[in-house]
Amino acid sequence: MRPISSRRLYTVENPRKSTTLTVMTGLFTLYCLLPLGWLVVNATKSQADFVSSFGLAPGREFALWDNIVQVFTYQDGIFSRWLLNTVLYVVVGATVSTFLAALGGYALAKLDFRGKRTFLLVVLGSISVPGIALAIPQFLLFAHIGMTNTPWAVLIPSFINPFGLYLMWVFTAEAVPTGLLEAAKIDGAGEFRTFLQIALPLLAPAGVTVLLFSFVSIWNNYFLPLIMLKDPDWYPLTVGINQWNKLGSTAGNGALIQNLVITSALLTIVPLIIAFLSLQRYWQSGLSLGAVKG
Amino acid sequence: MELTATAPPRSGRQAAPTAKRRKSQIGLAFIAPFGALFALVFIVPILYAAYLSFFQDKLVGGNTFVGLANYGKLFQDPQFWDGVGRVFRFTLVQVPIMLIFAMALALALDSMRLHGTKFLRVTIFLPYAVPAIVATLMWGFLLGIKYGLFGSLNEALGTDIDPFSPGTTLISIGVMVTWAFTGFNMLIFYAALKAVPRELYEAAAIDGANEFQIVRAIKLPALRGSLVVTIIFSIIGTFQMFNEPQILPSMVANSGVTTFYTPNLYAYNLAFTGSQQGYAAALALVMAAITIVVAYAVQIRGLRNASDQ
Repeated sequence: MRPISSRRLYTVENPRKSTTLTVMTGLFTLYCLLPLGWLVVNATKSQADFVSSFGLAPGREFALWDNIVQVFTYQDGIFSRWLLNTVLYVVVGATVSTFLAALGGYALAKLDFRGKRTFLLVVLGSISVPGIALAIPQFLLFAHIGMTNTPWAVLIPSFINPFGLYLMWVFTAEAVPTGLLEAAKIDGAGEFRTFLQIALPLLAPAGVTVLLFSFVSIWNNYFLPLIMLKDPDWYPLTVGINQWNKLGSTAGNGALIQNLVITSALLTIVPLIIAFLSLQRYWQSGLSLGAVKG
Repeated sequence: MELTATAPPRSGRQAAPTAKRRKSQIGLAFIAPFGALFALVFIVPILYAAYLSFFQDKLVGGNTFVGLANYGKLFQDPQFWDGVGRVFRFTLVQVPIMLIFAMALALALDSMRLHGTKFLRVTIFLPYAVPAIVATLMWGFLLGIKYGLFGSLNEALGTDIDPFSPGTTLISIGVMVTWAFTGFNMLIFYAALKAVPRELYEAAAIDGANEFQIVRAIKLPALRGSLVVTIIFSIIGTFQMFNEPQILPSMVANSGVTTFYTPNLYAYNLAFTGSQQGYAAALALVMAAITIVVAYAVQIRGLRNASDQ
């Protein structure tokens, strides 16, 4: 408690905390949380309460469970179908894209092949091609070969993640010692086995990062499935929710189901928020890798 | 990179050229799955779109080769340029505001002077995990005058503010986009700041530099590289704006969002409701070209400024 020792505690590493700065940052945090808080509050209201009560105040009855049951039973339970579709697109898409990025990144960092420079130039150049500008050409091509309105039309474009390939390339070059690979080959392991058993385990941290970002971008994708799919049975959550939203607001004609739109929106983001919070370490290290190298 | 690692000398059992050739084939085998799919989802669609852009679907004569007519039409299409102008104006205002917020927040978090740094960092990043459709729904309800806060506000104050009128919709979209992406950009800046060796700050502090001098002389220059990256990502993002203007009209009656509000929305409506595929293909390609040129110009400028230092 002596003043001298308490002053010594403030170093460059651990300076005095500033309340003003905390409050200012806190204000921005409020902006970040406001719509999420609104969503949580309103997911607990019945349709009648939603229309009549103040946005940030709770309704007269707590209807969250009723809403969830309704979400899963409305239109013969199509919401579960959308949820399963989303899981299918995310699991298959993120796994395949991460594996292909690891395979390609490993080849770029550790193997020689003809046309490597051209390949790099084209693939890295493609990172700056806007995804949505690409989606319409993709749709036109897929429609031409008759692949639209099938799950493949959503899955195949998600298999390719140029930025993931870049991250894997950078990470392989740094984290996988070439000597170890040579040793495995001298012991008689083939190239592919060396990759699977020696390199792949070492690539796990970068792999989780790429997996997580693919997970989010596929889970959140709206434009691609919107244009590729016509049959509601193949919709992912994002497109399905917007269909309900349109249904509820076609002036007067449709049933008003805002409580279902809001509750399904909440159910859509909960898995993502859990994934993000529990895998923090990975996306932060992945981003710093990208930031430092880029 | 692999030059630094020590490779054992290759044994003389195999003739060198054979070994090298075998090795090169294996490298190709590793890259082949990515390469083949990349061609299918990147290269072939662009070539096919370029091919389609030379055709028009006419009532008489069906699909006809029209040369560059679609491009000529596009350059004289006021609806296309209206959308291009709107995303340019949006980018000029929204991107600087968002990046200034992101940078200030990164500096605040990196200063270690905040209570609960970790909580604040995660919370600010959280909106990035929310799908654009959910974000638009939330903000659409929240800001709207029918069910949202502005309805209550107008009622309480007797005012008549509508965040989704033709004059204000773009501002509201700016509020949504800033909400969604500030945290992502903040983390990129934050990662760059974390890469600065801490001894530098200690040395500066010993030399008598205060916090603001450290920010100006060390931290801001350290952010230059990531600033270029975030500007490019943001430009690519805002130029292809689609989700918000596509979803909003179904939520609010008179939002002022037209079918050609942004170039991508226009391309979508041309391809799907107007079935003018050739014209939509031309539009998508021109918009991609504009985006790449602008992003490239930013990169060149950024690199030149960096080398001036």
